[in-house]
Amino acid sequence: MIDQALVVFDGVVKRFGGFVAVEKLNLDIRQGEFLAIMGSSGCGKTTTLRMLAGLEAPTEGEIRLRGKRINDLPTWQRDTPMVWQSLALFPFLTVRENIEFSLRMRGVERSERRKRVDKWLERMQIGEFAERNVAHLSGGQRQRVALARSLVTEPQILLLDEPLSALDAHLKIRMQTVLSNLQRELGITFVYVTHSQSEAFSMADRVVIMSRGRIEQIGNPQDIYRAPRTRFVAEFLGSSNIFAGKVSNVSEAIVRISTPAGEFEVASNATRHLSKGDKATFVVSGDRVLLSNQPPADGLNRLQASVVGEEFVGATAVIHLEGAEHIEIKAQKSHDELERLNLEPGAKVWVSWRPDASHVLPGE
Amino acid sequence: MNDFNRNRAVDWALKLYVLLSFGFIFAPIVASFAFSFNVDRFPSLPLGGFSTIWYEAVWADPLVWEGLRNTLVAGAVVSAIATVIGFGAAYTDFRYNFFGKTVYVALALLPPTIPVVILGLAMLAFLSSIDLSGAIYSVIIAHVVMCAPFAMAICRLRLSQMDPSLEAAAWNLGATEWMAMRHVILPFCRPAILASLFITMAVSFDEFAVAWFVSGLNETLPVKVLGFLQGQVSPRINVIGTFVFLASMTLIILAQILLIKRSASPAAATNTGAVPQ
Repeated sequence: MIDQALVVFDGVVKRFGGFVAVEKLNLDIRQGEFLAIMGSSGCGKTTTLRMLAGLEAPTEGEIRLRGKRINDLPTWQRDTPMVWQSLALFPFLTVRENIEFSLRMRGVERSERRKRVDKWLERMQIGEFAERNVAHLSGGQRQRVALARSLVTEPQILLLDEPLSALDAHLKIRMQTVLSNLQRELGITFVYVTHSQSEAFSMADRVVIMSRGRIEQIGNPQDIYRAPRTRFVAEFLGSSNIFAGKVSNVSEAIVRISTPAGEFEVASNATRHLSKGDKATFVVSGDRVLLSNQPPADGLNRLQASVVGEEFVGATAVIHLEGAEHIEIKAQKSHDELERLNLEPGAKVWVSWRPDASHVLPGE
Repeated sequence: MNDFNRNRAVDWALKLYVLLSFGFIFAPIVASFAFSFNVDRFPSLPLGGFSTIWYEAVWADPLVWEGLRNTLVAGAVVSAIATVIGFGAAYTDFRYNFFGKTVYVALALLPPTIPVVILGLAMLAFLSSIDLSGAIYSVIIAHVVMCAPFAMAICRLRLSQMDPSLEAAAWNLGATEWMAMRHVILPFCRPAILASLFITMAVSFDEFAVAWFVSGLNETLPVKVLGFLQGQVSPRINVIGTFVFLASMTLIILAQILLIKRSASPAAATNTGAVPQ
């Protein structure tokens, strides 16, 4: 059997005692892609990465690298280097010795080692620290040493386990650029585990969202953002309003869904065929919600809600509202627009959106 | 010093208290040191005059030399064996999770809590029943039992300061388990291993009670000292005491320097680490 993908997880299960960390994972990782695996802590993303690195053995299923089963291959015989959350630099070695480590372990001779380390020292712009102890470097410099140490064997795949989580916001953005550029230039596969949506969405070609050991959705960042598949993904991304109810009427282009907060029209959706009586959940992202003090124009979905509060998020603000049956609604608005509205806490406002601004979750 | 607006008298009283405590601890040692250079036969004030005759007497005594040789051989062998066992036990505790691990660690650290007289008696009974008592290796076996827990405690402390990902990172970079041990774990633990060698040697060097029970004719220096005391009160004891004290203190201080220097350096590094980007 020949796999098109570089790495294939084929029905992989990982149990720790009675705890199921990863459940029936099927995942293809393509040659040369930047794949982010995202989820909250305990979702199985790090376990997945560690199985790929060979630091955990799958309980069931098969992991294939270039079509070859690697379940039982010890980590030191795979070339799947990992950049650790703690970086795990060897504190008793210099920068050069750290980068050289994997070459030394693999018996590469001295002059060749020197040449290859020099190349990476220059590439990561850490040449001037080569003979310094790694304990005497700044966070960003240590990050570069860790990357150079993992890449010096010129592997086909690099695994990254939340490597930026310890950096401050500014440095994080800078390192994101470094990582993106590096991945493009080398053309190798990066598998990047993170709990941060902004890191995953800004760097990855494809994002895998995991929850409780299962994959909730795989796709490129735009698709996941615009068309979440499940309620979990919609909630995880955090910017959507979620309405669950039953289909009350289906016509050609419009489906009517009745929810505890009222009856709403959604544009019928090719990904999920709905008929009368079906359960359905749809989302409206916060930036597509309109607010007004007067009743909105005909043809829009509407409901009345009272203002709970306002959350400042820089150029925009998020207004939190509460509709009938305690349904929570979020609307993301520019500050200019907010000034034209009366949004005292407790004030009643109209919330509206176009039927085609909503998205029916295909997985619910 | 007076940041907290403390009462001056209390302040002085506390300083005096500390001074007295140190005096109480060190006065006998200083006295022994002073009397070792005293010409008089009996330790009495005023001092009789400076002399090194007692040093010469000790120097000329073959029994002392034999005791010293036994002590040194035992100390060197004990420190090596105890450190290997202690490191192994500490690494097992660090690396593996297994059923009964708490009991394992508790048992491994138990020997120093057993009263030495009981330990010595038990050792004598056990070793003589398997025909291993009364020889230099009896002292070595008994002292390894006493010293290994110290070695384990020191190595455990060092391993607890290690980033748990460090070893896995080495494997991930192509090191087999043995290579990771040699190139990562041992270099990281080096200061603790050296400290453990010095401290276990010092413990073995000083230890009297157990050695007295099991050594038979192969007496170590502390056991010899008792022999001198029982025969006659000789200022030679002061000489030997001074020597043993200086030797032990040197070992302990070396160990302390190793342990403190290493644990202080990463902290210093984080301060200098904040280079603006």
